[in-house]
Amino acid sequence: MRGLLAWGAYVPYARLDRKAIAAALGASAGSGMRAVASYDEDSTSMGVEAARAALRATPVTPEAIYFATADPAYLDKTNATAVHAALDLPASAAAYDMLGSVRSSAGATRAALDARGPALAVVSDIRTGLAGGGDEREGGDAAAAFLLGDGDVVAEPLGHASQSAEFLDRWRVPGESFSRQWEERFGEHVYVPLGESALAEGLKQAGVTTSAVDVLIVAGPHARSNKRVAAAAGVKKEAIADDLVASVGNAGAAHAGVMLAAALDAARPDQVIAVLSLADGADATIWRTTGAVTGRRPAPSVATQVARGASVPYAAFLTWRGFLRREPPRRPDPQPPEAPAAARAESWKYAFTGSRCLACGTRHVPPQRVCVKCHAVDRMRPERLSDVPATIATFTVDRLAYSMSPPVVVAVIDFEGGGRFQCEMTDVDPKSVKIGDRVELTFRRLYTANGIHNYFWKARPSGGK
Amino acid sequence: MASNGIRDRVAIVGMGCTPFGERWDKSTSDLLVDATTEATTSAGIDLKDIDAFWLGTLFSGQSGLTLSRPLKIDYKPVSRLENFCATGSEAFRNACYAVAAGAYDIAMAIGVEKLKDSGFSGLPSTRSVGDGTAAGMTAPAMFSLLAPAYAKKYGVSDEQLKDVMTRIAWKNHKNGALNPRAQFRKEVPKDTIACSPLVAGALGIFDCSGVSDGSAAAIIVRAEDAHRYTDKPLYVKALSFVAGPGAGPIDPDYDYTTFNEVVASAADAYAQAGIKEPRQELAMAEVHDCFTPTELVLMEDLGFAARGTAWKEVLAGTFDLEGELAVNPDGGLKSFGHPIGASGLRMLFECWLQLRGEAGKRQIASVARGRKLALTHNLGGAPGECVSFVSVVGSERS
Repeated sequence: MRGLLAWGAYVPYARLDRKAIAAALGASAGSGMRAVASYDEDSTSMGVEAARAALRATPVTPEAIYFATADPAYLDKTNATAVHAALDLPASAAAYDMLGSVRSSAGATRAALDARGPALAVVSDIRTGLAGGGDEREGGDAAAAFLLGDGDVVAEPLGHASQSAEFLDRWRVPGESFSRQWEERFGEHVYVPLGESALAEGLKQAGVTTSAVDVLIVAGPHARSNKRVAAAAGVKKEAIADDLVASVGNAGAAHAGVMLAAALDAARPDQVIAVLSLADGADATIWRTTGAVTGRRPAPSVATQVARGASVPYAAFLTWRGFLRREPPRRPDPQPPEAPAAARAESWKYAFTGSRCLACGTRHVPPQRVCVKCHAVDRMRPERLSDVPATIATFTVDRLAYSMSPPVVVAVIDFEGGGRFQCEMTDVDPKSVKIGDRVELTFRRLYTANGIHNYFWKARPSGGK
Repeated sequence: MASNGIRDRVAIVGMGCTPFGERWDKSTSDLLVDATTEATTSAGIDLKDIDAFWLGTLFSGQSGLTLSRPLKIDYKPVSRLENFCATGSEAFRNACYAVAAGAYDIAMAIGVEKLKDSGFSGLPSTRSVGDGTAAGMTAPAMFSLLAPAYAKKYGVSDEQLKDVMTRIAWKNHKNGALNPRAQFRKEVPKDTIACSPLVAGALGIFDCSGVSDGSAAAIIVRAEDAHRYTDKPLYVKALSFVAGPGAGPIDPDYDYTTFNEVVASAADAYAQAGIKEPRQELAMAEVHDCFTPTELVLMEDLGFAARGTAWKEVLAGTFDLEGELAVNPDGGLKSFGHPIGASGLRMLFECWLQLRGEAGKRQIASVARGRKLALTHNLGGAPGECVSFVSVVGSERS
């Protein structure tokens, strides 16, 4: 049977307290927090983190990736290939982008479901808007990933329905950093019947009554329509899923995915989950969980990620999003990585693959040709370390180095099972770092220079000792 | 296979050293002309008497033309080389070998750096970033890794270690205050040093060497010819240079409390020079105090203090100008300044002055009491992956 094999979600560590917006701008901004992609994250790096969580839960290797976002890091150049490389997928696995609109993600998930062989849908988004606006306030940054394929599925699709329509509710011209929206009531006028129609058709195809729906997810950029369609659907009141707006914000192209991941995290076997996405039409998919669902919960869960995190000042948020231009340090500008060097180092740079000496067993990070211990030449086998935990051997706080978010914390980390590496830390309070702290790796965009994004891995506290 | 050395086969017969600092009024070419002119005058020779030149500079020029053009050198060999912050020493080492080999009668080693024109804080970037995966640490950050590792290994509290670092900076400023060529020529109170703004880790601004412009040069001849140029030549006793495998950043066995490269080059140099007890035999040492924790660790790596004890020796004043073994009597990189390519030769310049009894107010007493050897130590790179140079020079040919 073809269905869902695994899922994962990523909620970045940084939060913006809506009260901080209100305090800075002197106007009400509601309550709760929104998740914020850090200065070193983008839709690609967040997508990698969500995909890692999904694939850790299954031995299945995807044969295709469909990457969807409304905020791509690159145009012309495919972003899914970076996700593909970071996951260390075989070259034979296809990698495609579905870019630009919130609805892309419904298409990516549908394409992965309809594909042959295991296919990974990765949905990711960074939502922002002009200072003081609703998008800045209500938006959120997050990602989710779903592996679809045949075999021991955690959920089977019972029915699917789409409705498409051409109308103007929300739009953005390429190159602009914020969206525009028509009068809210017009959107509601269009979206509500589209949503009701798709949901009814989906349930009909699934042969499921509204009262049998255990979880109803309604997501889309038009918040008011989401609420109205959910309330009027006729499902049990407790079946209407938390829209996560108070804790994450509306994650645009990633939002239906993050809500579905949260529902699956908590799902029991044999539950009906209806997902309705309202974006330039409506897409409804009705899922029924299987007995495998509780055994394949990814770590960390959406709830765990929502519960951790740290607030960032509003000024930092504006700086990270490019709305506040700050004085750089009196240091040379960062240099972009060189394309041939990055290509040669693909498995190291993207998949964090070191090498282990076949002669004496010493592990090397980055990979070496000559063993540092026994000096054997070219007797190495590759070893991927992106999921290997490490411990801080020593560290420093560099207040002179260039960063979007100074100071830079650099740690020397020793991996379990051997290997040492010197790397930047992220999602960390410089005052709290100690020798002996446990860290894990996270895929980040170190910086962008000359329009080239420099992706690589950083260490972040993993909490354990 | 062995490192045989060239003990007593060549001698320094003339030196020059410009004032170091923010030399807004001098170009790289100007600095080279100044240092060369002082060196040739000191040796009593003309530029045309020099048969071959070794020019060390990291950032301030490429090829021998950097030297031959401003000095109008007529069709002579000029090699330009670099070896990170040990560049000046590397120029000296190669010039010595050329003379020892008999290839030339008179050679000049000269180092220069013009750092201030870049407009940056600290050093300009040297390398292309390649695949972009190396952590972009600044020099103070790399060397700051020594401090917490040393403190943890030897049970020194953070506060005690800060006192040690502060005392090293205080001592080198005190020495530099007596040096008319130094970049920073005044004493700095310990409170000011300790409370200076943090740059990286525990390092404040006063724990860092001065970014500066400058040039220094040495004239080298065969030892047997030395007295034709000066009554007080310095004989080269040992030259050791090593590049490490860069193991520290990838090998969990490295603990950031030592420079293996320095230990290796010191052992080689002491063997070449026949030195058994450096602390008792040397009159002075010029060491690579790029940051204060570096000088601390070097005291142990160079064998001036037992492992885990250098911090106490520093506090006890062992390495003060009047101490048992004066370290960085000219103010060191800390207050003389660190124009990269010139620093190794600047260190030799202080040996030249001290062993000849020409160091004025900062003349070391042990020279008059008969100590005749001086050491220079120069390193480039970072803890765990560096190049290290050690030389020993002496005022007597044994």
